[in-house]
Amino acid sequence: MKINIYRFDPDKDESPRMEEMEIDLPEGRDLMVLDVLELLKAKDPSIAYRRSCREGVCGSDGINMNGRNGLACITPISEAASRGKLTLRPLPGLPVVRDLVVDMTQFYRQYEKITPWLVNDTPPPAQERLQMPEDREKLNGLYECILCACCSTACPSFWWNPDKFVGPAGLLQAYRFLADSRDTATAERLAALEDPFSVFRCRGIMNCVSVCPKGLNPTRAIGKIRSMLLSQGI
Amino acid sequence: MARLPTMEFDGVIVGGGGAGMRAALQLAQSGLKTAVLSKVFPTRSHTVSAQGGIAAAIGSEDPDDDWRWHMYDTVKGSDYIGDQDAIEYMCSVGPEAIYELEHMGMPFTRTERGRIYQRPFGGHSKSFGKGGQASRACAAEDRTGHALLHTLYQNNLKAGTTFLNEWFAVDLVVNQDGVVSGLVALEIETGQVVFVKSKATVLATGGAGRIYATTTNALMNTGDGIGMALRAGMPVQDIEMWQFHPTGIHQAGVLVTEGCRGEGGYLVNKDGERFMERYAPTAKDLAGRDVVARSMIQEIMDGRGAGPDSDHVLLKLDHLGEETIFKRLPGITELSKTFAHVNPAQEPIPVVPTCHYMMGGIPTNVHGQVLTQVADGNDAVVGGLYAIGEVACVSVHGANRLGANSLLDLVVFGRAAGIHIEDAMRQGVGHRDPADEDVDNATARLARWNESTEGESVADLKRELQRIMLVNFNVFRSGDHMRRSIGDLADLRERIARAHLPDKSRVFNTARLEALELDNLLEVAQATAIVAEARTESRGAHARNDYTERDDDNWLCHSLYFAAEAAEKGVRKRAVNLTPATVEPFQPMARTY
Ligand SMILES: Cc1cc2nc3c(=O)[nH]c(=O)nc-3n(C[C@H](O)[C@H](O)[C@H](O)COP(=O)(O)OP(=O)(O)OC[C@H]3O[C@@H](n4cnc5c(N)ncnc54)[C@H](O)[C@@H]3O)c2cc1C
Ligand code: SF4
Ligand code: SF4
Ligand code: FES
Repeated sequence: MKINIYRFDPDKDESPRMEEMEIDLPEGRDLMVLDVLELLKAKDPSIAYRRSCREGVCGSDGINMNGRNGLACITPISEAASRGKLTLRPLPGLPVVRDLVVDMTQFYRQYEKITPWLVNDTPPPAQERLQMPEDREKLNGLYECILCACCSTACPSFWWNPDKFVGPAGLLQAYRFLADSRDTATAERLAALEDPFSVFRCRGIMNCVSVCPKGLNPTRAIGKIRSMLLSQGI
Repeated sequence: MARLPTMEFDGVIVGGGGAGMRAALQLAQSGLKTAVLSKVFPTRSHTVSAQGGIAAAIGSEDPDDDWRWHMYDTVKGSDYIGDQDAIEYMCSVGPEAIYELEHMGMPFTRTERGRIYQRPFGGHSKSFGKGGQASRACAAEDRTGHALLHTLYQNNLKAGTTFLNEWFAVDLVVNQDGVVSGLVALEIETGQVVFVKSKATVLATGGAGRIYATTTNALMNTGDGIGMALRAGMPVQDIEMWQFHPTGIHQAGVLVTEGCRGEGGYLVNKDGERFMERYAPTAKDLAGRDVVARSMIQEIMDGRGAGPDSDHVLLKLDHLGEETIFKRLPGITELSKTFAHVNPAQEPIPVVPTCHYMMGGIPTNVHGQVLTQVADGNDAVVGGLYAIGEVACVSVHGANRLGANSLLDLVVFGRAAGIHIEDAMRQGVGHRDPADEDVDNATARLARWNESTEGESVADLKRELQRIMLVNFNVFRSGDHMRRSIGDLADLRERIARAHLPDKSRVFNTARLEALELDNLLEVAQATAIVAEARTESRGAHARNDYTERDDDNWLCHSLYFAAEAAEKGVRKRAVNLTPATVEPFQPMARTY
């Protein structure tokens, strides 16, 4: 099988290049893209990419496979490749550090901006704060985000304004805390998102939803934040 | 070597998993200058993979639950070489540690009354083993580790902890007095090498499951903290004790949680027989992990394994119904579809016992202070150094860890170490200056790899090491095989010392990291092999064909391994603590489930 892989080492290369590598795939088993990367790396140890859990839960190996963002470790070759060809690139829209490794600073900064922790200044009880199952249910589809950046780097609004538009991942987490019955900072959280960019730059293109490897729906969360902001404005 | 650039902190925590971040939170909240140095972005640490739960007697499912029962179960689970003072501490402060996590915002699953949901886990009982199965594992669906780790990261952001993300710790800097004064680390993105100076250095580097060819562990679990400690002359304790989890997905190694059996799933052989009823009539599928793993291998060896090669057994869940599976085990459903190509609501999952957890580690007291043994056989504290989490051996897991006790260990002892460091700083512990050559010592192996010009490849040597361990240090062990492996590993050490790093580039050079990790894998593998061969009995996870019984007369003790002397002088022993402060000690008994 032929694999085209994006190569760039700032110390050696003037500009990025695509390298074609050939690899024999074992018969009868559908490898994941990460397995293929590991096979390539055994041949050429200089290929750089991030990975850790190899089971889709740590969010390290978001990359672009044949034009589509996803996690290398849970994307089978059969799904990623088309007509025996596979092109691997770093996530789009973020500066490349080397090969498939991108600089995630902007992405993390947007996450930090949404006050990503529970705020509740009432003195805690001796045991846990109670939360009814129906309230806890509201966090499902939100708390599972693994910060892989597949969504934000597929979002045109984030490409154009990575410094001002919080992006789908950050907004999903913003809503995770707005939706938590234990959180008391709703007004402050909304106030921080009111400007024309943080939320309102979302154009509802839904790229984020279609790439999220955890099946989460940032667009829906953004919609909920919008209606909270609008109803508060009235 | 030229002087390295230096950074200074009050406390440096190597590792951004659950243990490291719990300790960091304690320090940052007290206003100390704290840094977490981690080779992966913190939420990518292995803790994120933990599925089933975190154990503590919070009495949500059973109002009568008692931390003393939890303590009894943990001591019994450890096959009596867990330290009873440490287990007492962990189980008694456990509930408080859970409430703290909840107050920080951790999204636990809830009961109808709004309390934290608890599920049954293996080896947890009521009334000192006499009252049946206990539901004690506090859970966030089957993503407990994810929920815990993200919550801790979020609270560290709130507390203003400094994060040195994607920095790789190379080696400890130890001064002439044997005191640790910091470490040498490598910034992965730039390749810059720095001396990180600190008044207290905390190793929270997690496990080393990657010494085995298949494991439930993440690729980053290469035992770096163990390697660093051994090279600095500190011992490791009970390193022969490796837990094999009963339900790793056949071939992939990916874990499906014991919570599956907690929710009512069970194991069957190729005939569809629920075989655990024969091996553990009372606890059945929720017996201790070592017991279940051995029973599975026995079934396979007796020809009752499933599949074309009769090399695994089956975990049956379909009878639980789609709704329970979807609500309680959503992550498992995803994993088994991806890695076993089965939908657990319809078909059983193929599973085999798979390397999962390192019970042994760097010996510490309950404050996380690292211990060594001095000439008279007594313990002595190593100045400036702490260890917490899976890399440490405090020891609450002894020869076999109970499910859901590791996450508890992380937060309880992470916090305890933080508190101890805070006190030490208040009493005025300062920086300890190393000599230039002490810093040079800590850069030696980096220089070795950087100067290599030819030799074998890191990937090949790693594969060989992992295969030796998988074949010879599995669920059952034999003296002959272990002795042969000790020789093979000694050869491997010489070959690794001459191996080649072809890529010498600076920026994000992951080949260099893998070379540095290989040194650490080797340290862990060699220690495991030598001590496993020396412990001439079967206890907990250590089951030998040639010494099939537990030998309390000679081995009701910890093993202690020093890298420099083991080949000549053998393995040392250290007494187990049998004196808890508030309860009567639990005396060793035969372990049946
Ligand atoms: C699949 C799976 C499921 C599990 N489920 C459960 C469960 O349900 N309940 C339970 O109690 N336990 C469970 N465990 C066990 C538990 O998850 C681990 O024991 C625990 O998370 C280890 O945490 P830690 O903080 O010690 O280390 P880790 O989370 O492994 O973190 C180690 C940290 O050290 C850093 N590090 C390592 N080496 C270096 C270096 N050289 N330089 C810089 N940084 C370094 C890493 O970057 C990382 O941040 C499970 C384990 C597995 C494998
Ligand atoms: S829906 Fe909004 S956030 Fe999602 S990709 Fe489109 S513009 Fe971006
Ligand atoms: S929302 Fe999905 S795609 Fe976006 S960062 Fe989270 S897990 Fe990744
Ligand atoms: S390696 Fe963790 S998500 Fe792929």
